[in-house]
Amino acid sequence: MEILSILIPVSLLLGGVGLLAFIWAMKTKQFDDPSGDANRILMKDWDDKPKQ
Amino acid sequence: MSVVEFEQGGMAACPACVVVPLAQQQAHVAARGRLMLSLPSAHCAACISTVETALAAVPGVDSSRVNLTMKRVSVDAMADVTAEALVAVLAGVGFEAHELDAGLLSATETDRQGRELLMRLGVAFFSMMNVMLLSVAVWSGAEGATRDMFHWISAAIAVPTVIFCGQPFFRSAWAGVRVGRLGMDFPISLALVLASSISLFETIKSGHHAYFDAAVMLCFFLLLGRYLDHRTRAVARSAAEELAALEVPRASVLEDGVEVVRVISEVVVGDLVRVRPGGRMPVDGVVESGASEVDRSLLTGESLPVFVGPGMVVAAGEVNLTGPLTLRVTAAGRDSSLHRMADLVAVAESAKTKYTTLAERAARFYSPLVHILSFSAFSYWMWATGGDLRFAINISAAVLIITCPCALGLAVPAVVTAASGKLFRKGLLIKHGTALERLAQVDCVVFDKTGTLTMGAPELVDLMAHPAWALEVAAGLAVGSAHPLAQALAAAARGQGVVAAEVSDLREVPGYGVEGVWRGEVVRLGRADWCGAQALAVTATYLSAGGETQAFAFADRLRPGAEAAIAALMAQGMRIKLISGDVPGAVGELAARLGIADWVAGALPAEKVALVRALTAEGRRVLMVGDGLNDTAALAVAHVSISPATALDAARTASDIVLLGQDMTPIGDATRIARQATRRMLENFGISAAYNVIAVPLALMGAATPLAAALAMSLSSITVSLNAMRLK
Repeated sequence: MEILSILIPVSLLLGGVGLLAFIWAMKTKQFDDPSGDANRILMKDWDDKPKQ
Repeated sequence: MSVVEFEQGGMAACPACVVVPLAQQQAHVAARGRLMLSLPSAHCAACISTVETALAAVPGVDSSRVNLTMKRVSVDAMADVTAEALVAVLAGVGFEAHELDAGLLSATETDRQGRELLMRLGVAFFSMMNVMLLSVAVWSGAEGATRDMFHWISAAIAVPTVIFCGQPFFRSAWAGVRVGRLGMDFPISLALVLASSISLFETIKSGHHAYFDAAVMLCFFLLLGRYLDHRTRAVARSAAEELAALEVPRASVLEDGVEVVRVISEVVVGDLVRVRPGGRMPVDGVVESGASEVDRSLLTGESLPVFVGPGMVVAAGEVNLTGPLTLRVTAAGRDSSLHRMADLVAVAESAKTKYTTLAERAARFYSPLVHILSFSAFSYWMWATGGDLRFAINISAAVLIITCPCALGLAVPAVVTAASGKLFRKGLLIKHGTALERLAQVDCVVFDKTGTLTMGAPELVDLMAHPAWALEVAAGLAVGSAHPLAQALAAAARGQGVVAAEVSDLREVPGYGVEGVWRGEVVRLGRADWCGAQALAVTATYLSAGGETQAFAFADRLRPGAEAAIAALMAQGMRIKLISGDVPGAVGELAARLGIADWVAGALPAEKVALVRALTAEGRRVLMVGDGLNDTAALAVAHVSISPATALDAARTASDIVLLGQDMTPIGDATRIARQATRRMLENFGISAAYNVIAVPLALMGAATPLAAALAMSLSSITVSLNAMRLK
């Protein structure tokens, strides 16, 4: 049962990382244009001036 | 990229991409920094790169970014770059674009709310997953210290989560309590609070059962329903705002002989306003100079253009066809006839919000029941156990959790989201939250004619009935005019391979027609009285040449899909009525073509309203389909209303559903889908009731373990979501 003292914090930590990633993605407005982003990945043109 | 792709793209994936062919007012005012353009035909990766490359090549443009979901492009540019120039650039690469008033698109508030809900949803999901993981250990038989530890960890996650994620429910429940009304949110909040506190108490006392998983799961599913609901509303709202923002109203005012472009609100009575051919009257006024014909079809439903000359009165919203006009303003802005009509609509609108939705009716019946059940369970067990408070509270918390309208909270939003997405792909935008339910009840459809069943664009009917020479002369004259009848004639002649005759000295006489010289003789094409012809009962233009007159009759072109839509509605057993402000000849002919037996011609706006009211009084639920200002009040009075995107903005505002494409076929589907959606909602209520019927007795008997609660809740939520997606 001692293994629990390692596994539970680890699982919480991993979940927490996922949550933080989600919050970060939302704050940086990555859910504003889902269909645009899905299509942009297919674009062939070379972007000389990538958006900051 | 082919033309076909563009056409398909016009109606693609999201409710905010709105096709509005109305671009009467041209964009012109220089923007400071950021410009917004609506881009209705963008739909793929190639579109994004074409648009962004084309805009980047414009001098002064810093950067541009296409938002494909909203079908918009925002451009950061120098102040001297105008929206008009960008629209022209985009037209050059094959994209239709319209300027959007960035100020009107105040989506920020709804964006913030949506983001907040999404954040809470994410947090609830994280907690649910973790607490669930810990609960599985407890369910599978963890004992003693291990169980306590799991409960403590669950508490550490669940309690903050409920406090943070439950806020939307707590707030709305509190707002309800303050005005003495118990909505669906009160039992939800009660269940959340009671479940968390009883579980915390049990954890402290190292009890067997804790409902942390149930509390967090409840939070997650309810937030999901809330978020779906919010998204459907927000997207519809932003699209509706976009429609409104499309008409940026400006007028060119004459000041000391110089034309100055002004915003409508700055035009005052007595100003002189100039209206070019093709432009829409921005104000009510009296013609000071110039002669022309005006198209009043949006206001009155008349398909025949009307002559105007000095001293005659014109109203805002009419379209100037042939010659430039100078108007003396008699009413502008808020006082114009256009605006007075819109005010009438606002009054009728408020009546519509009184409609009680299915969800509200369910809540009204449901929330007292939940409280009574829970309280009686509490009292019974207090009596049965001889005052064991802890046990009794445990039972009543379990009852609250099980009966909590988790599935109910999802039942309606999931169906509405599925149905409005489906309708949007067909080209219908649901603007009003309850429109779908109201549409399902419709049993009578009232159509307007001009601009609704017809395109408002004339088509020559009897091309072959005329001698070849007359056609040639008429075609030769017609090319000299921008009048819609002349253009339709020229197009029809070209389509039949008629070679236009050589007509010299072409001269357009505004308000009357075109005149020219053909084989040394003056020939005229235009109004009957001007050409010396006998006027027909239908829309027609007249040719005087070779000592005789010829009448070219026109019929309004049918909107594509009108026949299919009417056939579909009739097959559904709807009563169909056609009511128009146009002359009986034109209306009767169209009614016969579409197989509508019941029609009224020459109806004034007030008569249209009276007719819809009379039908309503007969107990009919009326769907009104119309586009003109003369339909606006009727649209607002009807049980539910649809208008095409080409309609005047007052009409679009008054209607619940906007038809985005030209095709009318979706209306037939819409009623079918709406009925199906309502049926799914009822089924969903039935499903969640069925789960309750099984689970509530268990809870009342005290046999509901946290495992049973978790199972019942997730199963019912998943079933209702799946059922919602069954929508065809």
